[in-house]
Amino acid sequence: MAFTKHHLLRIADLTSRDIELILSTARSLKGISFRSVKKVPALRGKTVLNCFFESSTRTRTSFEIAAKRLSADTINFSSGGSSMSKGESVLDTIRNLNAMQPDIVVMRHQSSGLIGRIAAQVPQCHFINAGDGMHEHPTQALLDAMTIQEAKGKIRGLRVVILGDVTHSRVARSNILLLRKLGAHVRVAGPSTLLPPEVDALGVTHTTSVAAATEGADVVMVLRIQQERLGEFAFPSVREYARYYGLSAQHLERAAPHVVVLHPGPVNRGVELSPDVADGSSSLILDQVENGIAVRMASLYLLSGVREPVQ
Amino acid sequence: MDRVAEILPYRASWHECNDNHFVQSAGAGGAVVERVVNKEPRQIMNEAEMDQAMAKIAREIHKAVGNQDIVLLGIRTRGVPIAEWIAKKFHQLTDKTLPVGVLDINLYRDDLSEVDHQPVVKQTELPVSIHGKGVILVDDVLFTGRTIRAALDAVTDFGRPRFMQLAVVIDRGFRELPIHADYIGKTIKTTLAENVKVSIKGVDGENVVVVKTQK
Repeated sequence: MAFTKHHLLRIADLTSRDIELILSTARSLKGISFRSVKKVPALRGKTVLNCFFESSTRTRTSFEIAAKRLSADTINFSSGGSSMSKGESVLDTIRNLNAMQPDIVVMRHQSSGLIGRIAAQVPQCHFINAGDGMHEHPTQALLDAMTIQEAKGKIRGLRVVILGDVTHSRVARSNILLLRKLGAHVRVAGPSTLLPPEVDALGVTHTTSVAAATEGADVVMVLRIQQERLGEFAFPSVREYARYYGLSAQHLERAAPHVVVLHPGPVNRGVELSPDVADGSSSLILDQVENGIAVRMASLYLLSGVREPVQ
Repeated sequence: MDRVAEILPYRASWHECNDNHFVQSAGAGGAVVERVVNKEPRQIMNEAEMDQAMAKIAREIHKAVGNQDIVLLGIRTRGVPIAEWIAKKFHQLTDKTLPVGVLDINLYRDDLSEVDHQPVVKQTELPVSIHGKGVILVDDVLFTGRTIRAALDAVTDFGRPRFMQLAVVIDRGFRELPIHADYIGKTIKTTLAENVKVSIKGVDGENVVVVKTQK
């Protein structure tokens, strides 16, 4: 069983075996973060370039720590304060950075699908999509899957609810694709203005009622309300959203016993998630952060072993 | 496969490649490809002989360091059941139970930048802290020594043992590094065209050591 994909751009590209390999590698690598010497020499001499054209704390830090724990050199590039403010295009910027010979480029950008286009232009590097617009965020879905597997021992057959702004969420898209590939039953819920009309085509059911969605659920994934991607038309006010679509402890009473709650962060406390749930015993938010490092280590490790560029 | 073997003359020493490679180089000099066909596999040890070898290793460990605090670390995959076998023999001999740990050395290999696909990484499991203890690495076959070099690095990341030693079922020669075993079940003469396969019941279905000419 070998990993053969040249890039990690979309969950859509991965087979369930690819996903299982990344997750099992991540489980093996997780322990490194809990040793006194938190470093192994596997990627010694490799350079990982973190290019974040959109703001990020968790993902960028997580990738940087992951690369360092594998002994790779990391360089962080963010668009603020760079020559992009002088008018350089993204592709030119990447080509220039690529001339500095990185082995893996981790990239986040606000334009959906752009990272795939750039990866095709720069075939000698491995690209990891760390979130592109409203398209995909594959490592987030992988770390969510790892967290669910850890808590529940499996994914197949679980009833998973994805709650919130499904339309604009790359996290939701990647998670739906991954969870379907691994055999979970997925239900999406949110105000009808934030549910994409074609969502059923992905093999999920939908509802606009949080109470109906959480009934019997094993896992509730709450999405962040993305003020930066929403106009003022999606819902009348944040207060109203919180009242009708915020997840509270009451909703969880109707869920399956030992229901777990995930959130990709950053949490808008009291909006999509009530503080007692965010800090409660069912919340796995900090486990997600922990597993994020392991999944990113696994992704960097597996990609760096793939030789032949795809044509 | 040919291409891999030419880049990596020593790769046949890694467990996961044992059955797949028929090419060997003449060492550092470069890739000399040998094809020898139709040689019968020869059996080196049967189950009873393997059991005697484990008992011998246990006796030697007892004699050399038996009075000290020691841990057996089996190198994945076959080193692990072999370490447990040695521990069982040690227990029969002394009534003392040696802790057995599991070491995965893949992240420490020196050929990671040359292989075509990353080896599958599994967990390292240490039942006790190795700090200040005597660590005895256990593996099936000692060949180039590169696995052991990786193992030495891997162990060091978990602490500072008081000493490290090596026990192997078979020493087949052709070292590429200055590494030797302290406890050896059997030393055999081989050619580079041959492949030494230690089969263990829990992994391969039977306990037997066979030398095959690689086809």
